[in-house]
Amino acid sequence: MAPPWIRARDAIVALLVGSALIQPFSAAAASHSKSTSAVTVTVFAAASLTEAFDELARDFETAHPGTTVRCSYAGSQQLAAQLAAGARADVFASADTRWMSDAVSQGRIDGEPRVFARNVLAVIVPAANPARIDRFQQLARPGVKLVICAASVPAGRYARELLSRLEAVPGAGPGWSAKVLANVVSEEDNVRGVVGKVALDEADAGIVYRSDLLASLRRAVRMVPVPDSLNVVAEYPLAVVKDAPTGALARAFADFVCSAEGQRVLAAHGFRAALATP
Amino acid sequence: MSPDAVPGGAPTVAGPPALTPPPGAVRATPLAVLGGAWFALAPILLAGLVGLPVVGLLTRVPPAALLARLGDGAVRDALALSLVTGLAATALVVALGLPVAWLLARGRMPGGRGVEALVLLPMVMPPTVAGFALLMAFGRAGLAGRALAVAGLSLPFTTAATVLAQAFMSAPFFILAARAGFAAVDPRLLDAAASLGAGELGLFARVALPLSHRALLAGAAMCAARALGEFGATITFAGNLRGVTQTMPLAVYVAMQSDLDTAALLSVLLLVMALLLLLGLGAAARSGVFGGLDADGRRR
Repeated sequence: MAPPWIRARDAIVALLVGSALIQPFSAAAASHSKSTSAVTVTVFAAASLTEAFDELARDFETAHPGTTVRCSYAGSQQLAAQLAAGARADVFASADTRWMSDAVSQGRIDGEPRVFARNVLAVIVPAANPARIDRFQQLARPGVKLVICAASVPAGRYARELLSRLEAVPGAGPGWSAKVLANVVSEEDNVRGVVGKVALDEADAGIVYRSDLLASLRRAVRMVPVPDSLNVVAEYPLAVVKDAPTGALARAFADFVCSAEGQRVLAAHGFRAALATP
Repeated sequence: MSPDAVPGGAPTVAGPPALTPPPGAVRATPLAVLGGAWFALAPILLAGLVGLPVVGLLTRVPPAALLARLGDGAVRDALALSLVTGLAATALVVALGLPVAWLLARGRMPGGRGVEALVLLPMVMPPTVAGFALLMAFGRAGLAGRALAVAGLSLPFTTAATVLAQAFMSAPFFILAARAGFAAVDPRLLDAAASLGAGELGLFARVALPLSHRALLAGAAMCAARALGEFGATITFAGNLRGVTQTMPLAVYVAMQSDLDTAALLSVLLLVMALLLLLGLGAAARSGVFGGLDADGRRR
C-alpha cells in the first residue's frame, strides 16, 4: 500500500484531471443555456452584402434587445453548398436566384424567396492603373491581367454575361469577350477576393459589383465605365431557412431587410431597390 | 533495479519507499484508473477522428462514378499540375535545404539560432498569412517584386508562384529531418575522415550524405506530402486558374461548391498519393531513421 503522501498526491492529481475533463462539457452546457436566453440569429449572406448586412444586423439588435445577429459571408454557391450539407442557419440571402433555387430544391427553404435588392456590375482597375486601361474595350488587349469570379459564383456568371453583352459596343465586336476571358489569370470564389486582388495592385483589372466600390477603397481602385443600358442587373433573393432555430425572429429579420428602413440601409451601401414592394 | 531486489517483493535494502510497483502487483489508485482509461480511450478516439472522414470519403461515391469523372479535363489538369509543381517544389527544397541543414547540424551557420527560427517559421505560419506575406514580397508592388518587374518577370498568377508557395510551406519539414539525419552521423567518423584529409564539402558529400540517406528520403517524402496538400498560400499568392495554378486541393475546394462527385474523386486521388508517400515514410521509419538505430543499423 502506498505511503499517505503518495496517495494524497495521486488523489489531488486525479481530482484535477477529472475536473479538467469535465470543464468542456460544463462550458458547453452553460453556453447552451445562455443561447436560449440570448438568442442568436444566423444569417448566410453573399459576400457583397458584408457592410450592408453588418449595419442591418446592428439596427436589428438595437430594435430587439437580447438578440445577436451573426452573419456568415461567402460566395452564394458556397453558402448553398453548406445549406445542402445541413448547416444550421436562420436566413439565406443569395446574390442570384440560381443558388436560391438550388437551396429550395434541396428542401432547405421555408416559404417563398423574396427579391430584396438589386445590383449592377463595375469594371475596376487599381488606382495606379498599371495597364493603362481607360476604356473597357482595352480589356481584350493581350497581357492584361484580369481577375473575375469562378463561373459558379454569381458575380462570375454575371461578369461573363456582361462581357458577352458588351460585344455589341463599337470597338469590341464578336469574339471580343473570348479575348477578354483569355486574359483571366485567376478565378476567385467570392467577389471580395476580386476586389482584394485589384486593390493590392496585383491584377490589372477586375469585374465586381457597383456596391463593392466602398468609400474605404476610393484611393485604391478606380472604375472604368460601361454603358448602363448593357449592364447586368443582379437580383438578390432572401428567404427563411427551413427549421430555422430562432423561428419567428428569423422571419422578423427577413421582414426587416425588406422593410423601408432596410431598403434605405441597402441603398446607402450602393444597392439598387428591389423592383416590387414586399 | 538493485541486484539485491527480491523478485515479487520489496527491495531488501532499506531506503525510501518504492515508487514503482513490484512486477505483477496492481495498484488501484485513482490516478492509475484515470490513466488506464485515458490510454484505453485515446487510441479509439483518435482512430475515429482520423478514420471516419477517410471511410466517409471512400464510401460516398461508388467507384464507377468516380472513374467516370477521371476523363474530366479539369481533373486531369489538376492532377498533372499537382504532380509537376509538387515535384518541382520538392526538388527546390532539397537543393536549397541540404546545405542549410548541413550548416545547421554542424553549428556553422552564421546567425545560428536566428536562421534556424526563420527557416522553421513557415511550419507554424497559417498558410493564408504565408500567401499574403509572399504577395507583400513578390507581388507586383512587393519588396522584390519591383526588381523582378524590371527584369520582365512577374510571379503572381504563374505556375512558378505555385511552386514557390509550396516550397515555402514545405521547406521546414525537409530541413528538420535532414538536420536530424546529419546530426545523427557518428562524429568519430567525421573526425576520422577529416584527419584523412577530407574538407568540409568532402565530409558532407562522401560521409554524411550516404550515411543519412534514409533521413533525407523521409524528409523529402514529408516535404512532398506537404507540397501536394498546400492550399492557403497557393490560392492567395498564385491564384486559381485551371491548368496554371489550380492544383488538386484548389480543384477540390472549387468542385465542392458545385460538383460533389468531382470533389470526391480528387479527394480520393489525393488520399491515394498521401498513402503512397506514407508507405515510403513507413519503410524509412522501420529502417530506424527516427531513432533507435545508429548509422550502421545497430541499436544505440
